[in-house]
Amino acid sequence: MIEEAVLQRVLGAALRTGGEFAEVFAEDRRSSSALLDDGRVEELTSGRDRGAGIRVVVGETTGFAHTADLTEAGLVAAAEAAAAAAKGGGGGTRTVALTRRATSRGYDIEAYPGDVAKARKVELLTRADDIARSSGSAISQVSVSYGDNRRRILVANSDGLLAEDDTVRTFFAVSCVATGDTGMQTGRESIGHTVGFELFDMYDVDELARRAAGRALTKLAARPAPSGQMPVVIASGGGGVLFHEACGHGLEADLVAKGASVFRDRVGQRVASPGVTVVDDGTMAKEWGNIAIDDEGNPAQRNVLIDDGVLTDYMWDQLRARKEGRRSSGNGRRQSYQHLPMVRMTNTYLLAGADDPDDIVASTERGVLVKHLGGGQVNTATGDFVFGMTEAYLIEDGEVTEPLREGNLIGNGPEVLQRIDALGNDFAMGPPGTCGKDGQGVPVGDGVPTLRVSSLTIGGTAA
Amino acid sequence: MTALAASPLDPPDDGCAELLDLAARVAREAAPSEQVEAFVGRSSYTTVRVHGAEVESFTAATTAGIGVRVVRDHRQGFAWAGSLDPDVVSDALAEARDNAAFAEPDEWVGLAEPDGVAPVPFDAFDPSVAALAAERKIDLALELERMVRAGDPRVTGVRVASFSDSSGRFAVATSTGVAGTSRGAWCSMGVLALAADGDETYTGHGTTVGFRPDELDLQEAADDAVRRATRLFGARPVPSQRLAVVLEPRLAASVVGLLGGTLTGDRVLKGRSPFADRLGDTIASPLLTLVDDPTDHRSYGADTYDGEGLACRRNVLVADGDLQGFLYDSATGRRAGRRSTGSAVRGISSTPSVGCQALAVAPGTGTHDDLVAGLDRGLYVQSMTGWHSGVNAVSGDVSVGVEGLMIRDGQLAEPVREVTIASTLQRMLLDITAVGADVEWLPGGTGCPTLVVGDLSLSGA
Repeated sequence: MIEEAVLQRVLGAALRTGGEFAEVFAEDRRSSSALLDDGRVEELTSGRDRGAGIRVVVGETTGFAHTADLTEAGLVAAAEAAAAAAKGGGGGTRTVALTRRATSRGYDIEAYPGDVAKARKVELLTRADDIARSSGSAISQVSVSYGDNRRRILVANSDGLLAEDDTVRTFFAVSCVATGDTGMQTGRESIGHTVGFELFDMYDVDELARRAAGRALTKLAARPAPSGQMPVVIASGGGGVLFHEACGHGLEADLVAKGASVFRDRVGQRVASPGVTVVDDGTMAKEWGNIAIDDEGNPAQRNVLIDDGVLTDYMWDQLRARKEGRRSSGNGRRQSYQHLPMVRMTNTYLLAGADDPDDIVASTERGVLVKHLGGGQVNTATGDFVFGMTEAYLIEDGEVTEPLREGNLIGNGPEVLQRIDALGNDFAMGPPGTCGKDGQGVPVGDGVPTLRVSSLTIGGTAA
Repeated sequence: MTALAASPLDPPDDGCAELLDLAARVAREAAPSEQVEAFVGRSSYTTVRVHGAEVESFTAATTAGIGVRVVRDHRQGFAWAGSLDPDVVSDALAEARDNAAFAEPDEWVGLAEPDGVAPVPFDAFDPSVAALAAERKIDLALELERMVRAGDPRVTGVRVASFSDSSGRFAVATSTGVAGTSRGAWCSMGVLALAADGDETYTGHGTTVGFRPDELDLQEAADDAVRRATRLFGARPVPSQRLAVVLEPRLAASVVGLLGGTLTGDRVLKGRSPFADRLGDTIASPLLTLVDDPTDHRSYGADTYDGEGLACRRNVLVADGDLQGFLYDSATGRRAGRRSTGSAVRGISSTPSVGCQALAVAPGTGTHDDLVAGLDRGLYVQSMTGWHSGVNAVSGDVSVGVEGLMIRDGQLAEPVREVTIASTLQRMLLDITAVGADVEWLPGGTGCPTLVVGDLSLSGA
């Protein structure tokens, strides 16, 4: 993307005002998407974004500037702006010798979406629309979206690091509206992986459309969710966002350092029930949060955060790790070249236990089975979180009975970790997610086995 | 051949004129059988974040981009790029043309046509925003952090205090004769306070926004952050019950925004709005009157033109509880047999869609304190979480986590956390029992007073 000699000169310009650390992050992203709605392929969109973000660190201060101009003059101007913003004490000339770091994600992209005819992408949309609409006469509206992007990044920094990555992601989603006597209900299914068009060899679009339609149809008969505290069984693959919110964010070292995490000073302590092991793993092949290197050039890692109930470590980016004299855990990510990196999750999941998932439900007298969770949100300082149930059922006398309307669950991260009283042997990853933090979104994955939390508050309207 | 109309107003400055010229040049590339629209923007911003009396980061940048829409045989294609380089712009036009071939035709699809509605000029571009020195921005952020730290002994820190400003220009031109350009500048500050007492930690957020730096009210933002971070100590769930809820302007605005979204033409026409067939019906308490009015220059969403280049205008959505109208862009307007309401919203990287720009609830009577005093038992909500996951705009189901203070005998009482409130949007609108006089103009563009909603389900202990 940018020649080594140019990178060296740009880093030199960035360090001229006395910066301790400087970095060039260049990105070239091409994306395409297609949308079917209301029975018609509405539009195809192509996008192209390319540029570089340059940061200079002096003491506690980071100066940052970005530019869409990747010529040497454009990069040097951005480097000078970043250096001026960071304002180091002394001047001087430093020459950085760059060493290219080999990167690998351990598998190949089989079909680059840019090489796939647009007509084939469009075919998938109409096919999913047909299947969803034929799933039931109550299906009143369907939208189907396809998206792919290819993101090439280059990172060079004053420590001499030079690394590049080339990431392809492909996404597909079906959303249905069902209309009945009680109003309208929605059902959505999505798939997304860090792969090319082979995504559609991994999944059956027909099945996806049927499931989305089925979810909306099922909810037509749903009764209001109960309100109050009760046991909650989370189905395999459907609720990884619980751990993303309940503990993931609180284990991000930047928030911990600012005193904004309930997990501060808890490393080495028991924070969860025995048997609970939580991992953040950027190396997980083909998953939505897969990266070969993070956006600071550090290789992706598998990081065990909670091991058998004991907090083992936080997640780290370069800046935070540097300040504490340790290595980054490969969790420095950013939305684009226009953003500063910060500590972010990749694929966050809870390892399987030994329980039979059917037994977990059967041993629950009265509670809620959550098949699928929507998004969630956490206040890392208190650990209080909420997340939405997009498919849930009542459990009565150990049997799954009626479907429930949507509602939020609310709980407290540290408390929920202690209240996990059953862990299934049926681990699965869930649908692709976008994690938002300080206004930046990055792709993340999550996964759980079937599990039970002995008590959570269900935010329904029924008594 | 295609004719290009001149913009009905002169461009406010050379920067706007240059963008309009570029947009018009692209639109002129339209072949006889096609329509072409170019939306071009350029903006500059700075963001200063401070922490622990030090500058944590200082970001400065200028971004620019173009979105090109091509319509041929009622098929629409779109492409965008984050650059205005001539080769990138011509690539975007070529891609948009190619994409159009793959869409399915729809008789309503097409660009906006001049509709004769005169634009109301809005030019909030105060030179003092761009002229503010970097040192001054840093000082303001440091000052805000200091004020928060000094605000209460229980404040243990500030996660971040920030200053941001942005100055932007955009232009849109079409081969159907629409052309418009405008500019805007604003600045804002935010702070997130952390307070601890024993083993409890709470956060409190304060913000201030202005069209000029001297409109920023640091004291108000600091007081707000400190008050929010320090009044929840000892909070715990209360038992599940039904009760009245007081939503201050920033939270009421979320409910109003949810309602506004259900009144957009696209959702109405495609059967995704619970109010689609309710025009003329009473859908809310008679206390509620709601307009979407980007010509109201008090709104931070005010503008001269919409995303398709048509004049922004005042649209009444709900009057005294009765549903008066929906919002349309040109395509959904044609499909509904109506005119565009000038409600196309967009960014560089997306085609226009119908959206609310400057929602405003007409003020009622009574201060916030009066509204609290009028309740025997209720919940004053300080913050809501899970709005994006707990709200379904199609079914209207609403379920969110809240923190706040109980109201007992007209007084704020014990703090509450880890509870949810739930209802449906349809129910909540009818249950509005009071609308305050205290309209606040929020950063998102909405103007909203305090609302009291009579009867919600609280789930707690």
